Formats: sequence, structure tokens, C-alpha cells
Amino acid sequence: MREFGYERAADVEGALALLGTDPEARYLAGGTNLVDLMKTGVARPVRLVDIRELPLDRIEVTEAGGLRIGATVTNSDLAAHPEVRSRYPALAQAVLAGASGQLRTMATVGGNLLQRTRCAYFTDGAGPCNKRLPGSGCPAIEGEHRNHAVLGASGHCVATHPSDMAVALAAFDAVVSYATADGPGELPLAELYPPVGDTPQVETALPPGALITGVTLPPAPVAARSRYRKVRERASYAFAIGSAAAALDVQGGVVREVRLALGAVASRPWRARAAERALTGGPATEEACTAAADAELAAARPLPGNAYKVPLMRNLVVALLTELAEEAPR
Amino acid sequence: MAPPVHSEITLTVNGEEHTLLVDHRTTLLDALRERLDLTGTKKGCDQGQCGACTVLLDGRRAVSCLQLAVAAEGRTVTTVEGLADGDRLHPVQQAFLDLDGFQCGYCTPGQICSAVAVIEEHAAGWPSAVTADVRPEAGPPELTAEEIRERMSGNLCRCGAHVQIVRSVARAAGAEEAAV
Repeated sequence: MREFGYERAADVEGALALLGTDPEARYLAGGTNLVDLMKTGVARPVRLVDIRELPLDRIEVTEAGGLRIGATVTNSDLAAHPEVRSRYPALAQAVLAGASGQLRTMATVGGNLLQRTRCAYFTDGAGPCNKRLPGSGCPAIEGEHRNHAVLGASGHCVATHPSDMAVALAAFDAVVSYATADGPGELPLAELYPPVGDTPQVETALPPGALITGVTLPPAPVAARSRYRKVRERASYAFAIGSAAAALDVQGGVVREVRLALGAVASRPWRARAAERALTGGPATEEACTAAADAELAAARPLPGNAYKVPLMRNLVVALLTELAEEAPR
Repeated sequence: MAPPVHSEITLTVNGEEHTLLVDHRTTLLDALRERLDLTGTKKGCDQGQCGACTVLLDGRRAVSCLQLAVAAEGRTVTTVEGLADGDRLHPVQQAFLDLDGFQCGYCTPGQICSAVAVIEEHAAGWPSAVTADVRPEAGPPELTAEEIRERMSGNLCRCGAHVQIVRSVARAAGAEEAAV
């Protein structure tokens, strides 16, 4: 590991000032991803600014009836919070589906959004990777890509975003708040992760030096009946090979509102707008759910080794939506 | 100018304060084992994947291999050496002994620290990934074998002693009827 300086910030202004414009400085929160990447040399910061003690560890109900979640709230506290479990159960489920109990107490909401892909060519730290060494190539396209993207990828990178939490946040229209030396800003989660294109090394739309301060969920009554389901290669403690967060409001057999976001299929949490459009206003039948899943997955461009993900996601979406439809109050 | 790469820190471990000069790269795990001779905490993968290095940080379980020692200053650390009350073992330790909740023993300190936290998290009403209904109005989940397995999934056991680990956690939690 490269040697580095360490400073601890007491407030947001102090953190911004300590980081400054140094491109080799990084914020440290839980460290569950960053410290791991520093050990393998993938991340080589010269200075760390520890933000874990910033007063951003609260979860509050907003006046509108949504939630404001501080950036340093731990995954454990987020998933245990009664308002999260009651208003956005799929968010609590998504967080609980990620990592392990002893990682969730360390990991934070802001860090979760900014965690790096687990693509083995990226984490390997040695060979080519367009994210790590822009222009060096993407070995995954010809190589091991069993768990790589089927939606929104490019010829330059097929890595996926590994977060479970962000999938639920995407379904609920989360807005990310950040601070910079020039003042605060906001980005809808849908705009936090830019399209891959030919710049896979550009992973967020945050300005340089920006510090995520929190995430706001607008009120969403439909979210009270929501669910997160994750498919993985063992029963627990593994990254998804496919996941989905869904919320469904059915009245008189007609879909009034539906939210759907997919995980482990793209470089970002994938909001399934085509599926939502296909289902809204129609019957909540298995046939309609299947047509909605197909509408979304028509854009899939799988590679030979991950083509299984298309039927897997189709089955997952249909199962999750029909389950929610069957449980809807009559 | 290059920033300093060492700091003098004070760690509070098992109720005792220790002041030491650390290279910022030092993990809490290495500080415990190599500097404070608290070798109960084990290094397995050193990547946060196996749980052998689990300790309690401010009372909550954490993997000490991904925790920088310098970032643990001011926090309270409890290792497996700090669980017993004198000669009286912690109920989780006693249950692991009574029920053979281990084979080679290498993962055991991490399993035990994790289990202590699992029991507290469950008592606080925290749901898990296998809890059918996470909404608070559904009430706290029963600590079944399935719940224990999920909550302990961050601790790998290469020997495969899981059956008795689950029983040990259940006994220490007073949940043997639900879990066995």
C-alpha cells in the first residue's frame, strides 16, 4: 500500500477544505471498499480525509412525507430504521441483502453509492482495464464476463454497479445532495452515474472535490408495498447476479402505479421505465407483467457468457410483480 | 509538501487505553495482533470477506482488517479476549464450548464476536435478509435457525462446523426451541 496522510474532519466545511482540489486525496467513510482497494493498489490516495464523524448520521422524515438520509448513516442503521422499514420496505430489504452484518455496521450510504465495480479485471490491479487505465482495453468483453452488464454497456466497459441499496433508491426517485467549496448541489440518482460510452473511468457526475451529504426520498405511498429480490450464487453474502426492486399499486385489477429498478445488469442501478410504461393503466396479470419485462429487456445486448441474465431477469421481474399483484388489497 | 504518514493514537481495547505510534496503513487487526499482542483476533482473508477478524467497535461488530487503526482512535474496541468476566466465560463462549461450535478454532474468535452482536441486534428488533416482513408493525422476527444462518453469514468456517455454530448461537440467545 502506498503511504498516505490522514486527517479527520469535524464538519462539512472542514472536510471540503481538507480535501481541497487535490486529485490524489480521497474521503474515507466506512472504508469497506476503499481500504480494500488501497491494499491491492487499485486505489492509491496520497491523503485521506476521514468524514465518519461528520454530523450527517441522521434519518429524518421530510415535511412532504419522504425521508432525508444523511451520507454517513451506516447501512445497519438505515435498514433498522422504523421509518425506512415502514415507508420504503424494499430499501431496507435491499440494504440487508448486501454484504454481511459486520460490513453493514461500517459501510455508509454515501460510500455505498460511490463504491467501485467488483469486475475482476478492475479489482485485479495489474492487467488492462478502461476504468482503471483509460485506453488500455476491456478484457472482460472477450474474457470472463459471466456477471457483467447486459443493459447500457459499451464496447469500452461492461462492468456492473454492485450496490443493492442503490437499486431501491433508483426505484424511489432518490435525489443525491452534495457539498462543494462553491456551495451545495443536487443530482437525481438517475443522473449520478453517467452513461458508460467511451469514458468508463468517469463514474459519477459529481463535481471534483464534492462530498455527498445525503440522499432524499420524495414521498411515495406506492413504496409502502414494495419488495427487493436478489438472485445470487449462494444463499447469502454474495453480490447479485440479478436483482430487482419493485413497488406496485393495483386498484380494481388495474395498475395505478408501478416502480421497477434492476440491479447487477448495468453500470448503474437500472430504472426500468419501459416496463413501468407498459404496465401502468393495464391489468396486473402475469401476461402483462411478462410483456412489461420483455419491453424493458428488448434493449438488452448480452455477451455470450452472460446471455443467461436476460431470461433470469425476465423471470425475476415477472415473479416479483405478480407476487405483489396477488397480495394487493382487493 | 508530503503529509505525515504516521500518527500517535490512543486505542481503547477491552477497557484499557494504549498509546502507540502507527503508520497510517496499519489496520486495526494488525495493531491488535502485532502491536498489542492480542492475537485472539485472527487474520483470514485480510479483504473483509471471511469474518475471522471480527471485533466489536463501539459495541457493534466490524471487520478489523478493513478498519484503519488511525481511524479507530477515540472508539471502543472489544476483542474476544475482552468478552469473559474474569474466569467466567461469556455465555456465547460457553455455548460454543459446550456444543462444540468449532473444529480447528481459527474462525472461532470472529464467530463468537459476531454472535455476541447478532444476539444484541436481534434483541433490538433488527430484521435480516430472511425476515419475511421487515415492517416494524410486523414485530421482531423469531430467532430461527434460518435467521441465525443469515445473520452469521459473514463468518466463514472452513471446517464446516456450521451446524453446531447455529446451535451455540441459539443456546446463548435462549432461542434453542425456535432454532433447533
